[in-house]
Amino acid sequence: MQHGKHQSATAVVAKVPGGKHPGVKQPRVKLSTRQKMERAYHQYGFPLGFLALPVVIYAIFVISPFVQSIYYSFTDWTGLSSDFKMVGFKNYDWLLHDDLFWTAVGHNVLLLLVVPLVTLGLGLFFAFMLNVGGRSKKNAAVSGVRGSSIYKVVYFFPQVLSIAIVALLFQFTYNPRNGALNAFLGGIGLDSLQQEWLADPKLALWCLMVVMVWCNVGFYVVLFSAGMSAIPKDFYEAALLDGANRITTFFRITLPLLWDTVQTGWIYMGILALDAFAVVQIMTVGPGGPADSTQVLGYMVYTKTFRDGQAGRATAIGVAMLIVTLIFAVIVGRLGRRERLEY
Amino acid sequence: MSAQAQPSELPGAIKEDEAPGAAGKAPGTGKVPDFPPKGRISSEGKVLNVFSHGMLVLWGLLVTLPLLWAVMSSLKTDKEIFTSPWGLPASLHFDNWSRAWSKSNIGDFFLNTVLVVGCSLIGTMLLGSMAAYVLARFEFPGKRIIYFMFVGGMSFPVILALVPLFFVMRNMSLLNTYHGLILVYIAYSLPFTVFFLTSFFKTLPSSVAEAALIDGASQTRTFFQVMLPMAKPGLISVGIFNFLGQWNQYMLPTVLNTDEDKRMLTQGLVQLAASQQYKGDWSALFAGLVLAMLPVLGVYIVFQRQVQTGLTAGALK
Repeated sequence: MQHGKHQSATAVVAKVPGGKHPGVKQPRVKLSTRQKMERAYHQYGFPLGFLALPVVIYAIFVISPFVQSIYYSFTDWTGLSSDFKMVGFKNYDWLLHDDLFWTAVGHNVLLLLVVPLVTLGLGLFFAFMLNVGGRSKKNAAVSGVRGSSIYKVVYFFPQVLSIAIVALLFQFTYNPRNGALNAFLGGIGLDSLQQEWLADPKLALWCLMVVMVWCNVGFYVVLFSAGMSAIPKDFYEAALLDGANRITTFFRITLPLLWDTVQTGWIYMGILALDAFAVVQIMTVGPGGPADSTQVLGYMVYTKTFRDGQAGRATAIGVAMLIVTLIFAVIVGRLGRRERLEY
Repeated sequence: MSAQAQPSELPGAIKEDEAPGAAGKAPGTGKVPDFPPKGRISSEGKVLNVFSHGMLVLWGLLVTLPLLWAVMSSLKTDKEIFTSPWGLPASLHFDNWSRAWSKSNIGDFFLNTVLVVGCSLIGTMLLGSMAAYVLARFEFPGKRIIYFMFVGGMSFPVILALVPLFFVMRNMSLLNTYHGLILVYIAYSLPFTVFFLTSFFKTLPSSVAEAALIDGASQTRTFFQVMLPMAKPGLISVGIFNFLGQWNQYMLPTVLNTDEDKRMLTQGLVQLAASQQYKGDWSALFAGLVLAMLPVLGVYIVFQRQVQTGLTAGALK
């Protein structure tokens, strides 16, 4: 591991039972079983004692449900009674022939492509504006805009709010009768653009995407901004003197040097976009409507279990989600593999 | 060429272009190269500056206007909300807020959330730092497996575990109880906490702990009185991260805590929205939303630097 130095140093400490000086040599004699056990206790007793409770809680509430969900996906369990039997791949077979499932997969894939792309794109754009968009000063080819920390504070607001609160806020905003959006459009004379928003099957999913992007852009502005301010200013200076414009410097300097962070962000956003449970459950009509136009896998798991009493099928959907996540992570990892740049 | 590239022979050029490559662009003239980058950059910079401020302000408005609109609506009468959604309230109806707090039970939900999040935050920090400390500084068989078991939990969608988790909780009679919810919050906060604090404990020097052990302190005492105080910056970052994550949690209580009286704030609001929209009491609904929003935003504004670093630290590691 990377921190080998520290570990070997502390391992010495750990092996010294409390109170004894590490320098004092102890005579080497053959140990009896009891002595061996005592020594093992001194060596491992403390780590064991500290780990026991966290590991037990974690195993019961996180590990075991994950493992069980894979097991249950091969049963006909309803979730209501305790008797069920193995049915092999029947649930998966049902999934592959279920129209609603494929609708939901389609929506999830769309979310997975659009939401991270737009969020990270806007995040990079605003972070670049914050760090490079400033008026040139003496001796500095690039500088940050004035008041950049205020922008960052404001942009970060949605990140600290619960997704439930944000979803409600936007449900009210989209309300065709008294919502802020239609009222605003009416106010500036764009009545023709007023829509039914969440009640329109063509628009509903896009309305949800706007909310997900709105929530998360601020986080990535702050994250990328921290990365960008670590890039030495000389790089920009040299490039600008060589005749590059700022757009070129973004693609040739900023983006390659931030690539690792962008890639991590891409995976985070992907997992978040795949979930979408809260926005669908709170905001949409139905929920999942109108006409299943906002149905997603996460919400399907919920309805299959708690409305339809088909826990076996629900867990199969969950496993399908896991597979989509893994495929996504592998693709992002492959696409984004580049040489790590040190500076 | 090579002579021109040397700044010492071009005294006039030193100030303007420090990059030797720029001087090489005017071969054979023998004079100061015709390359006035300052002027071009600054004019481009001015346009860019106006443009970037414009875009930045625009996004700032997009973020703040919905929030301001909610605050404004929470102080209006229902009639005003319908007739002029963007108009200022004729008079400030703070009674909406008190109505939401007491009659719509927002106050109760708020206290429930304080109780559950308070307990689970303490539990998460205690158990998480204990596990992380041992994983960072001790050698024992199975250590790497345990570490990866914890860290692996970060990358799986929680919803996958949700259905079996519900039945695990039911079998242990933990459904609809505060302590059940607290245990689940702790369990699902452990992956990030352990991941973050393990790398943090590795960066701390081991000499202080060694000195404490030599002086006769037990391992446990060394941890609580020496190592934890040293890890304070890391604990604050991860503590803020966990506080926000647990305070804002929606999916877990929705599934595991359906008792009317025990609702969390987020659940209570969503439930309120569903019922009040039929009653048409929009003003109380907006007031409830604002009451749920303001404490978190207030805490954030006071501790904004710590919150920003706390939340982004994980992604930068």
